[in-house]
Amino acid sequence: MNFKRGFRDGIPIGLGYFAVSFAFGILAVDSGCTVGEAVLISLTNLTSAGQFAGLTVIAGMGSLIEMAITQLVINARYMLMSIAMSQKVDEDFHGIWRWILGFGITDEIFAAAIQEEGTIKRYYFLGLMILPIIGWTSGTFLGAFLGNVLPTILTNALGVALYGMFIAVVIPKSVEDHHVLAAVILAVICSMLLRYVPAFSGISSGFAIIICAVIASAAAAILFPVKEEA
Amino acid sequence: MDFMTFLPYLIVMAGVTYLIRTIPLVLVKHKIKNQFLNSFLYYIPYTVLASMTFPAILYATGSKLSATAGLIVAILLAYRKKSLIVVAAGACASVLLIEVGTMLL
Repeated sequence: MNFKRGFRDGIPIGLGYFAVSFAFGILAVDSGCTVGEAVLISLTNLTSAGQFAGLTVIAGMGSLIEMAITQLVINARYMLMSIAMSQKVDEDFHGIWRWILGFGITDEIFAAAIQEEGTIKRYYFLGLMILPIIGWTSGTFLGAFLGNVLPTILTNALGVALYGMFIAVVIPKSVEDHHVLAAVILAVICSMLLRYVPAFSGISSGFAIIICAVIASAAAAILFPVKEEA
Repeated sequence: MDFMTFLPYLIVMAGVTYLIRTIPLVLVKHKIKNQFLNSFLYYIPYTVLASMTFPAILYATGSKLSATAGLIVAILLAYRKKSLIVVAAGACASVLLIEVGTMLL
């Protein structure tokens, strides 16, 4: 039952991933990877920004240290998500399950899972992971294999799918809890400052997310502490 | 690219990304008691998603106009508590509509 529900919630994520990874497949081949290598990257990494940045390192024949640091900085936000998940997972997340299911922590899967009423069950999360992994990998394959066949106008439209999902998580909670709304507004202001103030232009987008999320959450935690037993 | 040249990059890239995701989940096994930390973690999902979405969404399509349309429609649908897939599809449809519209004009 949980598995089926998770699987169904994974449909929009899988579709969105398919479109985004299509673009990754095209770029990977342009950067000198074979179709097989492009697919391997997507299957083992399951992340957008990190893979795009990784391609730059590969194409430039950068050092492995450079690769490790790039991934660490861009993907450090997963650490925050992983800690937040640890507080919400069911007791059935034990032993090897945490090592298996941890692989599925992406921005979108996390966004869907964190909305669960009560705890996150392991079979729900497993079901939730499946279509995104398939969508991400098969989109990469088709992009690498077929190149530019999807009309730009369609890929443009699909480009907002993932953001639409984020909005669907943030807005209802902000309406229900005005403290969340305050934290969200603070995060958005910070994100705009880092993006548009020239002095901050050296900060990577992955790092900017961490800075904004940490500042906004810490401020909200001090101003509006949450009582035990939510 | 030569596979043997490629392989070390793949291993480092996938390895680092995987460990970042799993280590906190594996290590943090108990409920956190500290009130500040709990409150911080309560707000984290929403602040992470919000700072990822804005202003990045404005650059996710072919034009700022279509992106803004997608953003507004998504906010309205989400405000009415529509499901993830409806909000995402509504945003995509409005982007498509605006882009086709501006192409025809």
